[in-house]
Amino acid sequence: MYNFDVETPGTVADAVAAMGRDEAQALGGGQTLIPTLKQRLASPSVLVSLSGVAEMKGVCTGDDGQLCIGGATTHATVAREATQYPALAAMASHIGDPAVRNRGTIGGSLANNDPSACYPAGVLGSGATVVTNTREIAADDYFQGMFDTALDEGEIITEVRFPIPEAANYQKFVQPASRFALVGVFVAKFADGVRVAVTGASEDGVFRWSEAEAALSSDFSAGALDGLSLSGDGMISDLHGTGAYRAHLVAVMTKRAVDAVA
Amino acid sequence: MTKIEMTVNGRAASGDVEGRTLLSSFLRDELKLTGTHVGCDTSQCGACVVHVDGEAVKACTMLAVEAAGSEVTTVEGMANADGSLSVIQQAFQDHHGLQCGFCTPGMVMSAAALLKENPKPSEAEVRDYLEGNICRCTGYHNIVKAIMAASGQDVAPVAAE
Ligand SMILES: Cc1cc2nc3c(=O)[nH]c(=O)nc-3n(C[C@H](O)[C@H](O)[C@H](O)COP(=O)(O)OP(=O)(O)OC[C@H]3O[C@@H](n4cnc5c(N)ncnc54)[C@H](O)[C@@H]3O)c2cc1C
Ligand code: FES
Ligand code: FES
Repeated sequence: MYNFDVETPGTVADAVAAMGRDEAQALGGGQTLIPTLKQRLASPSVLVSLSGVAEMKGVCTGDDGQLCIGGATTHATVAREATQYPALAAMASHIGDPAVRNRGTIGGSLANNDPSACYPAGVLGSGATVVTNTREIAADDYFQGMFDTALDEGEIITEVRFPIPEAANYQKFVQPASRFALVGVFVAKFADGVRVAVTGASEDGVFRWSEAEAALSSDFSAGALDGLSLSGDGMISDLHGTGAYRAHLVAVMTKRAVDAVA
Repeated sequence: MTKIEMTVNGRAASGDVEGRTLLSSFLRDELKLTGTHVGCDTSQCGACVVHVDGEAVKACTMLAVEAAGSEVTTVEGMANADGSLSVIQQAFQDHHGLQCGFCTPGMVMSAAALLKENPKPSEAEVRDYLEGNICRCTGYHNIVKAIMAASGQDVAPVAAE
């Protein structure tokens, strides 16, 4: 690792000010960033640690009934405390391993937008809102491809707001070496329709499977998915599985998610 | 360099660190607490697990400055006050929960975190909790057995006898 300074702000305002320093980068739980720094794939001069920003930590219910999660809230806290949204809490409780969950944060996961990460599926599948120090970004506009997001330089995710669906489930087919999702599917049923978000599969990162959404919106049962399939083109192909295999898994995991709650 | 202070195994500890100094390096190189092992340094193996304010974390994936002001417990802090082995440590010995011993500090710290959260885990819960602790020797069965025994449960039904 190259050396860097570490700033430890206690408020969002101080964090934003620190992010204004030359070559500053946010540090969430460090579960992705520290390994990246060790490989010298990033070389910030200043890390702005968000773990001491109390106003960015914790889970609450907003006036509109939405679930609000602070941007620096750990996966372990969400797993324990997001009881209003059991499917999301369950998803958080299966990220990585206990030690990763005690440090890794929702903001870090979303800023990183790893194509195999779980939170992008939970956030896109729920139609959540990503709140930053400057604006609110709808999930549909936030994810812009593998490791790419709508965030500007220096922008900090302060909160994520989730509408609570009538029913939801996340199915993760674990890639046992990395503990990420080989394929993960988040299904959420709202009064006005069903959302299906897929992680781990596409070379463009998390995406909505619109054919499945249409079928499930008119008939919320696994049977409604019969005959629907995705092409392996544009799917991730690596030593863990071909694109065609991943495309097949998406359909299987979607059915399982629906079966779990229908 | 930044001067940091923390409590390690109940005692005050301090030192000068760089921004990039990992908690694992601070414990091992500065405080000479070499019980915390570094197996992979890539956040995968769990040999470096310690407790920071009561929570299991990978010491190789946390900056020392972030632990300033915290209560840190390492495997050196696990024995009883009279120096005898703690219930968990003794169970690892009794049930052959270690062979080369490299993974053991992390296993003991993860086991302690699990039993604090869930005093009577099922075998499946133990295996699930150890997801991030890799052992190249034992095949895990005796580690699971040791943790079940340490929780005061019958170990006879543990699989793969
Ligand atoms: C062994 C292992 C297994 C894992 N398994 C899974 C898994 O199954 N599923 C999964 O989804 N993830 C998994 N992860 C990743 C884990 O969830 C990380 O915690 C997460 O991806 C990054 O979050 P972090 O808080 O650690 O962020 P960091 O590593 O600190 O930061 C990651 C990036 O986000 C930026 N950032 C951090 N916080 C913010 C913020 N609030 N606003 C703006 N930018 C910010 C940083 O600058 C950096 O670019 C795993 C990690 C490990 C080590
Ligand atoms: S040395 Fe920290 S996880 Fe392997
Ligand atoms: S006893 Fe050798 S690695 Fe676990």
